[in-house]
Amino acid sequence: MNAATPATRGPIRNEIEAPSAIEAAALRSDRFRLEREGEWKRLETILGSMEKGRIRRLSDDDILALPALYRMAASSLSVARETSLDAATLGYLESLVQRAWFQVYGPRQGFFRWFGKFLGGKLSQSVRDIWLDICIALAVMVAGTIVGWLLVARDQEWFYTLVPAQFADARQPGASREVLLDTLKVEESASGMSAFAAQLFTNNSSVCILAFALGFAFGIPSLMLLVHNMAVMGAFLWLYNSQDLVPEFAAWLAVHGTTELFAIMLSSAAGIHIGRKMAFPGRRSILSAAADAGQRGAQVMVGVVLMLILAALLEAFPRQLAGAETRALIGGFMLIFWLTYFFAFGRDREEEVA
Amino acid sequence: MSSIAGLPHNYAAKRRRQMVTPEGIALPLTVGAKGSRAGALILDYVILLVSTVLIMIALIFIAEGVGLNDNFDEISGAGEFMVILISLFWFIAWNGYFMAFELGPRGATPGKRILGLRVASRDGGRLTPEAVIARNLIRDIELFMPLVFILFVPFGAGGAAGMAALLWFLVFMFFPFFNKDAMRAGDIIAGTWVVEAPKTKLAQALSTTGAAAKGTSSITGAEYKFGDDELAVYGEYELQTLERVLRDNRPEALQAVADVICRKIGWNPGAGDERAFLEAFYGQLRGRLEGDMRFGKRKADKYS
Repeated sequence: MNAATPATRGPIRNEIEAPSAIEAAALRSDRFRLEREGEWKRLETILGSMEKGRIRRLSDDDILALPALYRMAASSLSVARETSLDAATLGYLESLVQRAWFQVYGPRQGFFRWFGKFLGGKLSQSVRDIWLDICIALAVMVAGTIVGWLLVARDQEWFYTLVPAQFADARQPGASREVLLDTLKVEESASGMSAFAAQLFTNNSSVCILAFALGFAFGIPSLMLLVHNMAVMGAFLWLYNSQDLVPEFAAWLAVHGTTELFAIMLSSAAGIHIGRKMAFPGRRSILSAAADAGQRGAQVMVGVVLMLILAALLEAFPRQLAGAETRALIGGFMLIFWLTYFFAFGRDREEEVA
Repeated sequence: MSSIAGLPHNYAAKRRRQMVTPEGIALPLTVGAKGSRAGALILDYVILLVSTVLIMIALIFIAEGVGLNDNFDEISGAGEFMVILISLFWFIAWNGYFMAFELGPRGATPGKRILGLRVASRDGGRLTPEAVIARNLIRDIELFMPLVFILFVPFGAGGAAGMAALLWFLVFMFFPFFNKDAMRAGDIIAGTWVVEAPKTKLAQALSTTGAAAKGTSSITGAEYKFGDDELAVYGEYELQTLERVLRDNRPEALQAVADVICRKIGWNPGAGDERAFLEAFYGQLRGRLEGDMRFGKRKADKYS
């Protein structure tokens, strides 16, 4: 280097006026990055094992450090946004903070804890929240039954129109009392019953999930479907009534029916609820109303599936093996149980919160 | 270059959203592309179908082994157990696959994971089990019912009512095309959306090595120094383009970019030492722009 440079006239030369070139040895923003990248990498490793579900293999230190590392990465990101133009580092930090955010604020509630809370009040709460839709579904079901009864009472040809062929085996208008009573008889052994129950459950659950989805998608037309199904029951009621067998038939139906019909009613109501909330969101935005109603509906549907498991067990065992009085007793008990659980359970706790 | 590269860039820009974390940091999210979502769906169903069919075949094979036949009245205990297992397995697998995986720590099914997607809550909160259940309960009307109707209705089944139902089902099937966040009906009622979940590796710091650090080339020993007026011609956009070129490190691209820069700032482009030249230019340009940045002065691109 020259010892001295005389001042000269004219524009300033490059070599003299470029102190920034010397600084480039390590940019300030890169120094910032190099100082912190160890912590970022540690966070990345922790996230990697959390995402792979290997949270148990992490040391306690790592778990404890996670929130701090997340905040550090987040503040690094906001500093880097203002001071660094290194696109690769910014991109890396954005993806790192996003991943960390999903883990830190992710669904860290264990399934059993969620399920406990669900049974311990959230389900009942959701069912109570859709009471209006339950009333609608109930009214439609009652109306359907009455329609079925009245149609067949007026003209017996309706029976064959309403009732699908596979149900109308011996149970037809004009069948004798003995034949009808025989269809309600008690089985001697429980062999094959649990297989029967499993198939009932999967079939009914699929139907209920579909009823829920259709209730959301179609609203009114799906109510028509409900009317039709209940009309079949109305037709059967009329048939057994013609031979004075209504109490026996009701007991035969009630043993699982109070649970199963309740579940079907709830699934339709949950579907209607979503449709209704989207059509009339009130003061909220449609999207948030829909999301709220949908999550409530989902809770009800989990309840429905649980009810159907019970209904299938009831249908397979007590219905086939117990007499009329026992059947009526079980059915009545189940109805009271569900009503209490859904509409009385956890009420006071709710008021405390409110 | 700009016309070809511009299209996907704009499309990606359209899908970008901001989410504000509780720490007050705006975190960019990218809504998953419809193509990758369709791909993920197909992948998931292939995985699901193949695995369930294989397990079913195995189960039926075992069931026959324990003497199950069509006569349910004389069923053995083992046979009955197999019937229960088979009916429950199918139900649980087809209804539980999506829910189980989306409730996991990655919030994604294997198909989504492969295509770099995940499910997230739209309001920035936690992804709750209810939301995951809700978004998966109505798959029937979004996919299977429309497909069934497409297969049968156009050939006269169902008549006018069938046609009406088909049209209505198609609305649900093509729901993601009708809103800017590509939400399907299930996302709407669950309050979720599907976003990209990129995993980026931390790249090498550019200013610590080579000519960006020392300002001199290790090949020719030349010292590259640029003046303020030479560095003033470019902005942040050009800097990041240059960064990409340096990281890709393709010789012909390096040479082309070096030529362009030399022409722009009136230097005489040499040959064989492009990388060192560009590294030095990058380091000094970034130093200058970042220095200005600290004083609140930003230069977006060469036009500003």
